[in-house]
Amino acid sequence: MACKIIPIGPYHPLQEEPEFFKLHVDGETVVDIDIEIGYNLRLIEKISESKSYDQVTFLIERICGICSTSHPFAYTNAIDDLLGVTVPERALYIRSILGELERIHSHLLWLGLAGHFLGYNTVWMWAWRYREPVLDICERVTGNRNHYAMFKPGGVRRDMDEADFPWIKKTLKSLIPKFDMFKGAVMDDPVIHARTKGIGVLTKQDAHDFSVVGPTARASGLPIDVRKDDPHGAYDKVEWKVITQEGGDVFAKAVVRILELYESANIILQCLDKMPKGPIDLNIKDMPVGEGIGRYEAPRGEVLHYIMSDGGNSPARHKVRAPSYMNIFSNKKAVIGHTISDATIILAAVDPCYCCTERMAVVDYKTGKKVMDGHDLIRLSQEKTERLRSKLSLLFKAKP
Amino acid sequence: MRREDIIENIKVRAGKDMLDLLDRSERRVYVTIKKEILPKIVRYLFNDAKARFAIASGVDTRKAIEILYHFSFDAIGLIVSLRVILEKSNLEIDSLTPVMKCAEWIEREIHEYLGVNFKGHPNLKHLLLRDDWPEGKYPLRRDQ
Repeated sequence: MACKIIPIGPYHPLQEEPEFFKLHVDGETVVDIDIEIGYNLRLIEKISESKSYDQVTFLIERICGICSTSHPFAYTNAIDDLLGVTVPERALYIRSILGELERIHSHLLWLGLAGHFLGYNTVWMWAWRYREPVLDICERVTGNRNHYAMFKPGGVRRDMDEADFPWIKKTLKSLIPKFDMFKGAVMDDPVIHARTKGIGVLTKQDAHDFSVVGPTARASGLPIDVRKDDPHGAYDKVEWKVITQEGGDVFAKAVVRILELYESANIILQCLDKMPKGPIDLNIKDMPVGEGIGRYEAPRGEVLHYIMSDGGNSPARHKVRAPSYMNIFSNKKAVIGHTISDATIILAAVDPCYCCTERMAVVDYKTGKKVMDGHDLIRLSQEKTERLRSKLSLLFKAKP
Repeated sequence: MRREDIIENIKVRAGKDMLDLLDRSERRVYVTIKKEILPKIVRYLFNDAKARFAIASGVDTRKAIEILYHFSFDAIGLIVSLRVILEKSNLEIDSLTPVMKCAEWIEREIHEYLGVNFKGHPNLKHLLLRDDWPEGKYPLRRDQ
């Protein structure tokens, strides 16, 4: 393929997760995609080898601002696996509550961005507005809106105050009608159906071939969820269900995330009711020689941490695999054959970060020249929605 | 598929090329195999038993380089980790990308972090490190 490589910048240090998608297009159709990552490599796995086990929890929170519970959760699970211990029950409940709060705010964040890419800027504003109360709960429980510093090997660092529970429950319950509103906005809107159904389809076989995880896999009909499959935290002590859809398209991925909002709220409410009193920490002193694997179902899918200990104070090897590592690669299948105006929402459907899409460039298949950047693509996507909207409204007007 | 059947099937396929089996807990099994039979075992796990490829992790144990391929059986919550030990004098192993395309990125990553050469990989270039990263320098190696 005779395409020139065209670097797109600037890479602004304030933006997180820079990735670079290069679309090869023939006319309107995407024929190939190059994905480049590694623009923000910090080699956290290497840094981890120079920190004590206790310090590593703070380090890995900083892998991602949005998954700042998921990484410590998987890491502490790996330590528990290495030691073969069971953490005090109250700590398990606190861990799960934090994990679900994170899932709610992360899914709302995605919903807002997906709305923006499709030209629904009201959905964007609403979703982010209703994300605020969730962050308020995080702040009340942990002292921070993000980077909670709650996890430690063998338990949690701080206890939750029972006096806060009624307020947390009230705030969460007030969000349920908002979730209903988003559900209606997505499921009942013919324009959203037209824009997202049959777009970016990942079949069940594709989902296996690319070994995708999280909502991306569940939208393709694979009922995988680490919280159910490899129970940890309080997830086997409360009632909830794994949400799956069969479509495998952008619509199915949106539906999975919206329905998961209800499950997460439900899990938190049950945890608050069932949380026993007692210690929150095992006070682990020594690490034996050995290895452990810990997993957690982050909002985007399974996070896997592998720890090898040589009996010293720091991990001898610490491997981190975030869900987007598997999910973003599946774009190599999902985006091929679709039009450029659909590419934005397909690439966003696996829930990478905001600037992933900013890093996208369109390269003309024949001349090898760059023709559009991220802003142009979002505009193109929004214009398509507008066209569909006016076409559909004409249709509805024509009917008696 | 039951846990016992999976372990038994690996044993049958590996035969005397299986060097060690560590049945660590209900949900964690580590199997050490010779590198020659890796594609065969992976074909069984990924294609026949429909395991999900979670990730591979490479580690420099000073004496050798170890690569662990983690496969997840989600329905029973089991992780089977295949361990392959590579002598530092011969850091070469068959690429798994022709068997499962999702291995492409992680093999590129292990290649640039530890200097392992994956035979038959279609696109063995830098993934995370800069393109002008010095040749022969590997950030996760302990002997440099």
